[in-house]
Amino acid sequence: GQHLNLISHLRNLKEMLESSKESLKLEAMKRIVGLIAKGKNASELFPAVVKNVASKNIELKKLVYVYLVRYAEEQQDLALLSISTFQRALKDPNQFIRASALRVLSSIRVPIIVPIMMLAIKEAAADLSPYVRKTSAHAIQKLFSLDADQKEQLIEVIEKLLKDKSTLVAGSVVMAFEEVCPDRIDLIHKNYRKLCNLLVDVEEWGQVVIISMLTRYARTQFTSPWKEVRGQSGEVMKAFYESDSEEKKGHTEEKPYIMDPDHRLLLRNTKPLLQSRNTAVVMSVAQLYWHLAPKHEVSIVTKSLVRLLRSHREVQYIVLQNIATMSIQRKGMFEPFMKSFYVRSTDATHIKTLKLEILTNLANEANISTILREFQTYVKSQDKAFAAATIQAIGRCATNISEVTDTCLNGLVLLLSNRDETVVAESVVVIKKLLQTQPTQHSEIIKHMAKLFDNITVPMARASILWLIGEYCERVPKIAPDVLRKMAKSFTAEEDIVKLQTVNLAAKLYLTNSKQTKLLTQYILNLGKYDQNYDIRDRTRFIRQLIVPSEKSGALNKYARRILLAPKPAPVLESSFKDRDRFQLGTLSHSLNSKATGYQELSDWPAVAPDQSVRNVEIIEASGSDSEEESSESEKTSSDSGKSSSGSEQSSSESELEQKKKKKTKKVPQKKSKPTAADRYSEIPAVCWSLRVTTSSFGPVKTYELLHHMTGKGLAAKYHFPRQPCLYQPSMVAVQVILSNSSDHSLEEIHIGDRSPASLSIHCFNTIERLEPEASVTVSMGIDFSDSTQAANFQLCTKEDQFSVSIQPAVGELLMPSSMTEQDFCKEQGKLQGMNETSATITMETANASSQAISKQVLSVANVGVVSSSQNNFSRFAGRTVSSGALVLVSLELKESSTALLTINTEKTVMASMLLRDIKQALTQA
Amino acid sequence: MIHSLFLVNASGDIFLEKHWKSVVSRSVCDYFFEAQERATEPENVPPVIPTPHHYLISVLRHRIYFVAVIQSEVPPLFVIEFLHRVVDTFQDYFGVCTEAAIKDNVVVVYELLEEMLDNGFPLATESNILKELIKPPTILRTMVNTITGSTNVGEQLPTGQLSVVPWRRTGVKYTNNEAYFDVVEEIDAIIDKSGSTITAEIQGVIDACVKLTGMPDLTLSFMNPRLLDDVSFHPCVRFKRWEAERILSFIPPDGNFRLLSYHVSSQNLVAIPVYVKHNITFREGSSQGRFDLTLGPKQTMGKAVESVLVSSQLPRGVLNANLNPSQGTYTFDPVTKLLSWDVGKINPQKLPSLKGTMSLQAGASKPDENPTINIQFKIQQMAISGLKVNRLDMYGEKYKPFKGIKYMTKAGNLCQFRLH
Repeated sequence: GQHLNLISHLRNLKEMLESSKESLKLEAMKRIVGLIAKGKNASELFPAVVKNVASKNIELKKLVYVYLVRYAEEQQDLALLSISTFQRALKDPNQFIRASALRVLSSIRVPIIVPIMMLAIKEAAADLSPYVRKTSAHAIQKLFSLDADQKEQLIEVIEKLLKDKSTLVAGSVVMAFEEVCPDRIDLIHKNYRKLCNLLVDVEEWGQVVIISMLTRYARTQFTSPWKEVRGQSGEVMKAFYESDSEEKKGHTEEKPYIMDPDHRLLLRNTKPLLQSRNTAVVMSVAQLYWHLAPKHEVSIVTKSLVRLLRSHREVQYIVLQNIATMSIQRKGMFEPFMKSFYVRSTDATHIKTLKLEILTNLANEANISTILREFQTYVKSQDKAFAAATIQAIGRCATNISEVTDTCLNGLVLLLSNRDETVVAESVVVIKKLLQTQPTQHSEIIKHMAKLFDNITVPMARASILWLIGEYCERVPKIAPDVLRKMAKSFTAEEDIVKLQTVNLAAKLYLTNSKQTKLLTQYILNLGKYDQNYDIRDRTRFIRQLIVPSEKSGALNKYARRILLAPKPAPVLESSFKDRDRFQLGTLSHSLNSKATGYQELSDWPAVAPDQSVRNVEIIEASGSDSEEESSESEKTSSDSGKSSSGSEQSSSESELEQKKKKKTKKVPQKKSKPTAADRYSEIPAVCWSLRVTTSSFGPVKTYELLHHMTGKGLAAKYHFPRQPCLYQPSMVAVQVILSNSSDHSLEEIHIGDRSPASLSIHCFNTIERLEPEASVTVSMGIDFSDSTQAANFQLCTKEDQFSVSIQPAVGELLMPSSMTEQDFCKEQGKLQGMNETSATITMETANASSQAISKQVLSVANVGVVSSSQNNFSRFAGRTVSSGALVLVSLELKESSTALLTINTEKTVMASMLLRDIKQALTQA
Repeated sequence: MIHSLFLVNASGDIFLEKHWKSVVSRSVCDYFFEAQERATEPENVPPVIPTPHHYLISVLRHRIYFVAVIQSEVPPLFVIEFLHRVVDTFQDYFGVCTEAAIKDNVVVVYELLEEMLDNGFPLATESNILKELIKPPTILRTMVNTITGSTNVGEQLPTGQLSVVPWRRTGVKYTNNEAYFDVVEEIDAIIDKSGSTITAEIQGVIDACVKLTGMPDLTLSFMNPRLLDDVSFHPCVRFKRWEAERILSFIPPDGNFRLLSYHVSSQNLVAIPVYVKHNITFREGSSQGRFDLTLGPKQTMGKAVESVLVSSQLPRGVLNANLNPSQGTYTFDPVTKLLSWDVGKINPQKLPSLKGTMSLQAGASKPDENPTINIQFKIQQMAISGLKVNRLDMYGEKYKPFKGIKYMTKAGNLCQFRLH
């Protein structure tokens, strides 16, 4: 009936299409699209529909296109009728009509028109409109999938389009490159710098494709910025070129690593994209840094990745998978964000499992107690599958961190009395695994489990304990027979699974301790022989034949012991993400943990960098083939990018900024020069008047030496104050330490040892397992200086040595900026008079006399915030001490001839006088 | 890249399909249905499913699965992000993104999907450009269209796609020039049994509705930009300017858009503005449990806590709950064991409470643990992080626009109290 319905419906539609009224035709097409959307077959209307391909009504025409693209493959001959319409449209003066004609023409998958498509693509690739050129890049892929024989010709077009300077084209042509000829790396050389420089302005989807392609490119063209890997590949080199170029090899190893400026250009130009709203862009930058950046720079992506965890569930899933892989190699990257991986009861199961995985990867001696506490709440979760996964995670922590093995084991033993079968079963399984990996400590826990045995009712757990006792019966020689005795008594009342394990235990004991257990075993075997369950009868019969020698049992009997008491391999407790790093991060293959169709391997770094000059571009070429740009917008882009690609070796971030600004300025002709905020204050009323504080203490960072490499036997350490709030504890000052190894051997187990005064509270960094020669690593720590400039002394230890070091903070680093209004400032200042006020008149260096220069100097000395001031001759700064939060107010009143009155109000008078000295020094010097 | 798209509803029916390359049989979705059957909850269907010849990448929103069919290696986030963009676009066009809305507007949906991808590669995903190409349906237009046979498709050709500011259409004109900014912050927190915070995070967004003539160039500055620990921008924001001066400088899209999403560093955390006093007990051997829950506000700077909604998954053994709310209404679903209590506004003088008994399955053992409580709330006119916009300036145009800003704080999806 339904089928007939459809037929009459189609007949109706046909009539409508053949009517002369536009509105009827349009209505018919809308219904046909509805049918297509539902997956119904409307192909028989093809002749009626195709007639309308040249309709004047845009919507009708577009719907006909939709239909044509859908059914052309099935109705090839009829589809050809429409081709001439598109060929005509390709010559239309309007660029959008040309583009749309090419889009549809290239989507008609009819092999006969391949030559027509090829011609159209070639023409469109030289079109004046960048939009048409973009469409031609898309068409390349379509033609390639229709007829792969066209590859060579298509590569020529790709080569041409790669030279295009329009941001519109860049993403699409790189996509075509990836589909058609991903191995033709040589086509990229000349366009590399241009692509890097255009990247920020390319649309977001194009960014993802370009970044992923440039990641592959960089791995073939630059040498490794990771010292240790370089050594390895050096060895590979040796094997390869042993006979002919040993000299060359020695040469490369001696040379200190200098990053290719082009390598740096890529890293620098992708970094801003970490702030993209598009999660795919952020992930692609993260994977680029992971695969290309020096190890100590990778951690800049952490925050952005953690940010993505607040996006949609599916995004979380992919990002968590990637973090799981990263966190195995680099715990330190994610440890400060551990809490972001705490499981919420509303998380989907696959999200929960991934978070658990990551938390387990992040566990170390310092945080394990926090993690275990968190795990305890997960065990209680109503989602029992998740509770079971948590128990496995506890097991992994227990094997990885020897300090907590016992705690974990005890905890797991407690879980044996849990009411839930899955929890108990999982606990037993994990305990079993733990015991197998640590054969020395068996007996105590087995004894304990035997004691608990009477109270445990869950059959699965009882069975598992019986297995354990049986497996290790020789280590608990007294208890095992006793358990068997009890089981003999209760055998008939037990569950089947317990009965089976009882038989198993009996057999093992019979083989090891037949004197005590012979009668018991026979009793149990007799009970089993007449059990109601045939599995048990079957097992009993088998065991009896295996262990009790008789004339029927034959040869197998001799091997009973070897069969039943064979040493079983200990199960391995490791992350399921351990090998995932063989795939490029962020890829489908990485997500699936198996190679997806079309996956491009990331090559190893070359030992010697290929010729760098291949990327040099001559300026004349930059204004090459398509100089007669039609669109004025793209002309601007092209001239800009041409400039930057020629001078990219020294193109710094400033020049980029300029470039971008310039572009924006052109778009806004009214905007003559960049107005400073201060100029405009009076002109336009602000949205909100209540408060006026700006905090902008982004001063330069001073680095101090912590340990010289001569004293440190090769270990060198420097530190600086990043002026960020300390993550670990608010009363601590954040300190970043850069550790580097300038010795010729790798240093192991770098950590912080004793400290003095002993009460000094320091948040230590994670122990660095290994620091290779030439490598360096940045770690953060927090120190509570208790608002005093007294040095924090502690020992920096390696596996062999201990070095006493000390961090003495400048007084300005013990502060953090505080936001307040001018009125509040004056009010607070009024409260801190007399004893609490320190002041001095200073004569400033003339260069420092402007209020901007003053801010800059003061901020370089002290971590305070600028309080915006309504009086020109006043500069005010506010801060609080980190430890006790006491207010510190700095004000500077400009007098004549560059003298000024510097006043500091705070109850911390010692700090005030030191701060006064420092600020004075900064302002009086040039 | 993206080969085909199937839209699947909760009962497992494909109600829309679209192919960008040659047609993929809908039987490929069988693998998806298998996964759907295996999953205990709709959310548990894995986002990436391999099949012998294809890969299925799906997102679930508004109880509709958007299943994309992929044939070869592609970053999965690329597809996921795109699918979410499709859902956002539908929502933008039809107000809601439901099966009914999609079926009613199937032609517009098809036209949109046609413009959004070319050969499986995203082409136009900016709402501004799409709206120039395809007009969103309105009741009036639908009526006029049916009578006159005129079209949804824009008569003019889009210019935005060509410009260096692809997010803004040209020739925008308004008689009233206005720019509104909504600062919305969400708190995600886990609070333990004793009331101390295990984790708490503030996540904020600034949503803008800008209706300004011409090509305005805006700058927006904050009183306390250092609160913002991590940010992500609409592509219109000039990144370098933010890096250097912590000022948002941008040529805005026309209409509604999300200017900024940010995260407030954990250092600047304020405690979650609601507390829960609870006493939920089960006794061994008794078939009754006691339930007693009281809510109260804290640190809200005098602002009212509104639209409070408490929900909790009670243990499986609970058969029914007989409770008495001091205000609002509650429901208990005996099948899913979901208790939800629509509290409304918290009056600090008279704290809302929900008290009573729960009947337990006879003979069943006492539940292992107390449940978790999820809470939702809203506080108007307050950004809990203390973030304040300092000023908004406009360059490039001569008129004086009206500028407005609004603050709001609400509970995130993950605001929960652990009672165990």
